[in-house]
Amino acid sequence: MKSSGSEKKKEYDKMVQNTSPKPKLLINCVKAFVVGGAICVLGQIIINVLKYWDFNKDDAAMITSMFLIFLGSLFTGLDLYDSLGEFAGAGSIIPITGFANSIVASAIEFKKEGYVLGVGAKMFTIAGPVIVYGTISSVVVGIIYFFFGG
Amino acid sequence: MGTQVGTQTIKFDNMPKIVSHAAIVGPKEGEGPLASYFDQILEDVLWGEDSWEKAESKILKEAVLMSIKKASLNLSDIRYIFSGDLLSQLIGTSFALRPLGVPFFGVYGACSTMGESLILAAMTVEAGFADYCLATTSSHFCGAEKQFRFPLEYGSQRPPTSTWTVTGSGAVIVSKIGTGPKITYAIPGKIVDLGAMDPMDMGAVMAPAAADTIVSFFKDTGKQPSDLDLIATGDLGKYGSKLLIELVKKEGYDLTSNYIDCGMEIFDSESQNTLAGGSGCGCSAVTLAGYILEKMEDKEINKLLFVPTGAMLSTVSSNEGESIPGIAHGVVLEN
Repeated sequence: MKSSGSEKKKEYDKMVQNTSPKPKLLINCVKAFVVGGAICVLGQIIINVLKYWDFNKDDAAMITSMFLIFLGSLFTGLDLYDSLGEFAGAGSIIPITGFANSIVASAIEFKKEGYVLGVGAKMFTIAGPVIVYGTISSVVVGIIYFFFGG
Repeated sequence: MGTQVGTQTIKFDNMPKIVSHAAIVGPKEGEGPLASYFDQILEDVLWGEDSWEKAESKILKEAVLMSIKKASLNLSDIRYIFSGDLLSQLIGTSFALRPLGVPFFGVYGACSTMGESLILAAMTVEAGFADYCLATTSSHFCGAEKQFRFPLEYGSQRPPTSTWTVTGSGAVIVSKIGTGPKITYAIPGKIVDLGAMDPMDMGAVMAPAAADTIVSFFKDTGKQPSDLDLIATGDLGKYGSKLLIELVKKEGYDLTSNYIDCGMEIFDSESQNTLAGGSGCGCSAVTLAGYILEKMEDKEINKLLFVPTGAMLSTVSSNEGESIPGIAHGVVLEN
């Protein structure tokens, strides 16, 4: 081969692009929309029922979160959430049930390494970044709101 | 005693023989197209153990013992064991071999480990340092997921280029005497990196390494693909295989008529949802120790170039933005 290293790499990259299929973006978006939407509809139903039972808005929202977290965790433990995730992708990762799934899945996986260094240390390996950057984002938004929120 | 041919090929003059082979696989592999060739199919992936790692060790240990039993040998006949796996610091292997008391060389070639251990076993026997050596490797789907990807129950989506790590272990005994397919050539692989970055597309990572090893063998020996009955790569999968055929074609060799990839043979990717195919150290090991060697015994295949392929990444190197180097070791077996 006479072409230089970087040319060879570029050429190969083109070959790979032509050969390896891309994930089906449209169908995956539709699946994510339907499943993610369904989870949100479920949350809305719970909120409405709670409001009907005279819970105030804040309490209803909090109890709904708890309920969805419980369901996400339960279905993870029942070995079902991973199948849902394989079908729905971001549709089941983004809602709070997905957050619960990421924590419970890690806890189950690393339990064999003990409760302190296994479950305790590794439970947040996937959820950790979400917490860190979620917190930072909320601080930034809070500062903006403080100065410009009126 | 062996000769050096060309730039990287070894020609064995004494021709060590593979006198025994055993393959144990998990339940999913047992539902695949090669099921009838395996010595044992497990009912569940834990096999009575309480962790994936312990289960993998047990699978490897039992495959080793089974290959020894099938050859009517004793454990003490085995001079050295060459083995490795995908788990950090090779715990799958070293814990498996802990109770056996046989001198052990731990090797790491990622999913190409079967090729590496087979070459080293053959060289040791050829050189007269051992009458019997055992070459083996293993992988476990759940252990590999835990180590390289996500916890098993995490709900993520796999891209179509991703592969399914084979749960299983293949073991072969390489001997100075006896009957069985002869190891005639070995082509130790180079690290080849054409800049592929995607750990979810290992076929693209490893295809250039496989092409390099295969082309080197043909150039070193002057042989052609048609001189062989079968060329089998390890785990390039559906798309990696296409890339390999194209890369080798560029060098003037045609693989289209007698080439398979173990990763595409072991599962039915449509019905078993394994996307691009099977992968892992176990993939090429059980396909060799089960299917291919059986076919060689039946004389359906008489000349084989076996090229297990490995991707030499770690989660650290990927996180640090490194591209993924590949490696492929070639072994020629003849009846």
